[in-house]
Formats: sequence, structure tokens, C-alpha cells
Amino acid sequence: MTFDLRDLYQEVIVDHNRNPKNFGKMENATRVAEGYNPLCGDKLHLYLKTDNDRIDDVSFDGTGCAISVASASLMTEALKGKTFSEAEQIFRDFHKLVTQDVSLQDSTMQQLGKLAVLAGVREFPTRVKCATLCWHTLHSILEGTETTVSTE
Amino acid sequence: MTSALKIDSTPLRLDVEKLRADFPILQQRVNGRPLVYLDNAATTQKPVQVITSQDQYYREYNSNIHRGVHTLSSKATAAFEQARSRVRTFIHAASDKEIIFVRGATEAINLVAQSYGRSRLGQGDEIIISEMEHHSNIVPWQLLCEQTGAILKVIPINDDGELIMDEYAKLLGEKTAMVAVTHISNALGTINPVRQIIEMAHAHAAVVLIDGAQAAPHTGIDVQSLDCDFYVFSGHKLFAPTGIGVLYGRQHLLDSMPPYQGGGDMIRMVSFAKTLYSDLPYKFEAGTPNIAGVIGLGAAIDYLDAIGMDAIAQYEHKLLGYATSAVKAVPGLKIIGTARDKTSILSFTLEGIHPHDLGTILDYDGIAIRTGHHCAMPVMEHFHVPATARASLAFYNTSGEIDYFIQSLHKAREIFR
Ligand SMILES: Cc1ncc(COP(=O)(O)O)c(C=O)c1O
Repeated sequence: MTFDLRDLYQEVIVDHNRNPKNFGKMENATRVAEGYNPLCGDKLHLYLKTDNDRIDDVSFDGTGCAISVASASLMTEALKGKTFSEAEQIFRDFHKLVTQDVSLQDSTMQQLGKLAVLAGVREFPTRVKCATLCWHTLHSILEGTETTVSTE
Repeated sequence: MTSALKIDSTPLRLDVEKLRADFPILQQRVNGRPLVYLDNAATTQKPVQVITSQDQYYREYNSNIHRGVHTLSSKATAAFEQARSRVRTFIHAASDKEIIFVRGATEAINLVAQSYGRSRLGQGDEIIISEMEHHSNIVPWQLLCEQTGAILKVIPINDDGELIMDEYAKLLGEKTAMVAVTHISNALGTINPVRQIIEMAHAHAAVVLIDGAQAAPHTGIDVQSLDCDFYVFSGHKLFAPTGIGVLYGRQHLLDSMPPYQGGGDMIRMVSFAKTLYSDLPYKFEAGTPNIAGVIGLGAAIDYLDAIGMDAIAQYEHKLLGYATSAVKAVPGLKIIGTARDKTSILSFTLEGIHPHDLGTILDYDGIAIRTGHHCAMPVMEHFHVPATARASLAFYNTSGEIDYFIQSLHKAREIFR
């Protein structure tokens, strides 16, 4: 066997699951979207505060497995201060990381930073959806297909 | 004590190792470990007797039924009708005419809702289901309500996962037209007091459908003694192939119901002016059926009859007891579904570990369990959990497998420590 459970459940992931970063509803969010995985019941809300096309602040809440919670937590850390197009690029790279069995370029891995701990998901195809749920939710916001929170 | 002794002294014993040898799939390794299959409520494995029946049908007498004079067709027809009789004796129905072959429990419920329900129910009539139903015994009735203006009422459950019978009594009334309740809950393992449920419904002249999808593999069924009007189950949960299931219906009800689908096999005569329908059971079996599936179902019932449903029920009861005490010793584990009367299903949560993660970790050890909402989202809502992990047993599971499963649970706790 070439993979180990610890490749999937790395300490970083377990920690982020236990104490997720940027967890909680954002009261003055400018954009909100809901992500839902009907198969396992994972549900999350993503809150963004944006300034034109820059993400100033981001948080999430909801319930899900360790992979989906840790992924969302790591995502929020990675997104702060990024422009929409930078965020989309990270999503594309991240998607490659968790779905394709090719080594990514060093520069890409550097860009991904801590997100790289989720690479183990690649060996567990049924869990890819868990790792990408938050990113798809983000994507819906960036594409403008989400429900926008009114400031009222 | 005395009752335990009594059970132990009964002569009903299973030679589980010998039975396991009948299941080729159980001999394999998954992720390098011997497969421990604990997802029997989702679907069961097939003994070689069932697998061989499929092979034999396709190699030796594959042909369409009820329409050929040639040898193969009459052979296939005989095997098909013989399987129907096997089903009849298995559930103790009065006549072969009361055994309708369908795709599964889901289709059987839809058939009753659309044929019986749609022709009989109207505005304001009430349909009673329960909070512990599988989605397949909820949604067909919701569709019927939308179509007819009937109203859905729900029997609540208590925190042990048992039906609150007093509430059921209150829901019954003049408007009650239909009661549709599961015999055994797939999410909780609860065995419902169906005899009493039926009796109470009949006292209000309501017609009762029992969803036996989880009961057929674990208990003997006697539809006449239960006095139920409709009883449904799926072959694939009964060690038979997928895509075949049974609707039992009381003959006079089936006779009075309009066809569900139109097509070949369900007609006696067709002209553009008027079509005459076939007699039961063919009126409800339009088109070429799942012939191999029916033959496989017959083979599965032969197999189960040889073991004996009582012996199976007794063995599983003991194994569930063993598994229940074993999981109770795992710190942070909470059993969802603690009914006094339950069978073969162990639904649980483990503190700090999402069921989905547990499913992956156990799978790594070759253990197959189900995680999620088990198509019973209202049950999850009742217990305020998004999902549970569920180990569901069959007679081929062993206490050794339970021990190994417990070890793997501890490993999961270690990873998430
Ligand atoms: C209680 C119950 N009812 C109905 C069904 C539906 O069975 P099928 O999908 O075979 O039609 C199931 C299957 O999980 C079940 O457990």
C-alpha cells in the first residue's frame, strides 16, 4: 500500500478541524453563499467582506467532516487580501492538487502554501468533494451566482 | 438470566463459518485486509446459489416468459412462476395472485400510492406515516398529497427511536384513509409493533402498507397473521439481485385498483376502442420483467428457508447484543436508536469525529459501514445530528468481526486525539 491514513489525516488537518480558523458568522459581510453536499449532509456558509475585487476578510460556519472543515479553515487563511482573480487561480491549483496524480511545479506548491497538506485527498477519490465544497462555494460568490447579502 | 438460558438451549444454531463460504465476495481483501461487510442494511451480499441461478438462466434457458410456445420460454415461465410461489410461501400470502413483482420497495410504494391512492383518496383524506420512515415511504405520499389534496400526518418518535403509540392513536380518525409505516427502521433498527399498528388502523377502516425492506432479511413474515393490506420489500436486501422486489397486496384490493403502467403482458385484449386488462398478478406487471432477478429472488428464498428465518433472527439478536455492549465501552460513542425491540442495526456517533471520516478510516481497515443520513433525514433532525455511522449486520457476520470493528474505532479516536 502506498498511502497511509496519516497522509490524509495530517496533524494540521486534525488541528484545523478541532479549532478552525475564521470560524463564525461575519456580521458585516458584503457577500454570503451557502455550500451543501446532499450526499453527506455537509453544509457551510461562507462570508466575505470585499472591496471592489479584493477579499478583505473571510469567515465560514457550518458542519462537516474533518476534511471539509479543515479545508474551509485553510482556505480562509489563504484568501485574505487576495484579489478575485488570484483566488480563482488558487482554486484551480488546489483542484489539481487534490484530483490529479501529477507533481505540481515548485512555484505552484509555494503559492498553495499550507493548502498542500490536503494533497492526501487525492488517494481517497470519495473525499475530493469534501475538500472542494468550500472552494466551489467561493467560486459561486466570485462568479456572482450567490445570494448577496443586503446591507440593510 | 433465565430467559437468556432458554435462548441458549434452543436447538437453533448457525454454522456461520460454513455459511460464509457460500459468499464469494466475503473471501476477498479490501485495502489489504479481510473484508468486513457491515453495510447489510444498504444491500446484502449474494450467496453462490443465487449467483449460479443467474448464470444458469442466461446460459441455459434465457427467453421471454408468458409468450412463447418453445421449450426455453416454457422453462423460463415455469421458473418465474415457481419463484412467485416461493415468495408467497415465504411471506405466507394466500395466493400467488397477491404477489406482484416490481423493481424494489420504492417502486412498490409508488405503485400503491399512484394506483390505490390516486383512485381512492381525495381532498382532506389523511395519510399517516411516521417520523422514522425512509424517504421512499415519505416522498410517494407527498406526491400523492399534491395530486389529490390529501393530508400527510406523521407519528412522532421518542428519544429511544420508538413510535409514540399514544400519538398514533390521536392521529387516527374518520379522515384516515391510509397508514404507511416501516416494519423495521433502517436508520435506527427499531422493530415497530406492526400488528398493533394495523389493528388500530383497521378499527378506523384505514388501509395499511407495511414497508418491509429491512424486515424481510431478519424476521419471518406472515402477511395473513399480520392482517396487513400491502407489504413491500426489495430483493437486494434479501441476498437476491438488485432490480427486483415484491408488492404483496390483498387480492380484493389489487382487483379493484387500476393498472399502474400499461404495456405488454398486462392486457388480455387490445383494440383501439377498448383494452381489457389481464387478471392478477399480471395486471400490474407491464412489459418484460426482470426474469433473472425473479429467479434469483426465488433462489435466495430457498437458501434462507434452508437456514431458517428463526435461526437467523436468533443469531442476529445475539450478535447485536454483543456488538451493542462492545461499542458502549468505546469512550465518546453514542448509540442513536435504543429501542427495546430492535434488530441488526447499530447507528452511532463518535464524539469529535464526523461519521464521514470514520467511514474512511474503517474502510482503510477493510470495514464497510454506511455513513450519512441513511435516506431518513427526519430521523437525523430528531436526534440533532447531520449524519450517523451505521453498522448493519447479517447472519454471516461474526463476533470476531465486531472485535476488529471496535479496534478500528479506537484507531480513529487515536488519529483524532
Ligand atoms: C426501510 C426502507 N424502506 C425502503 C427502502 C428502499 O428500498 P429500495 O431502494 O430497494 O427500493 C429502503 C432501502 O434502503 C429501506 O431501508
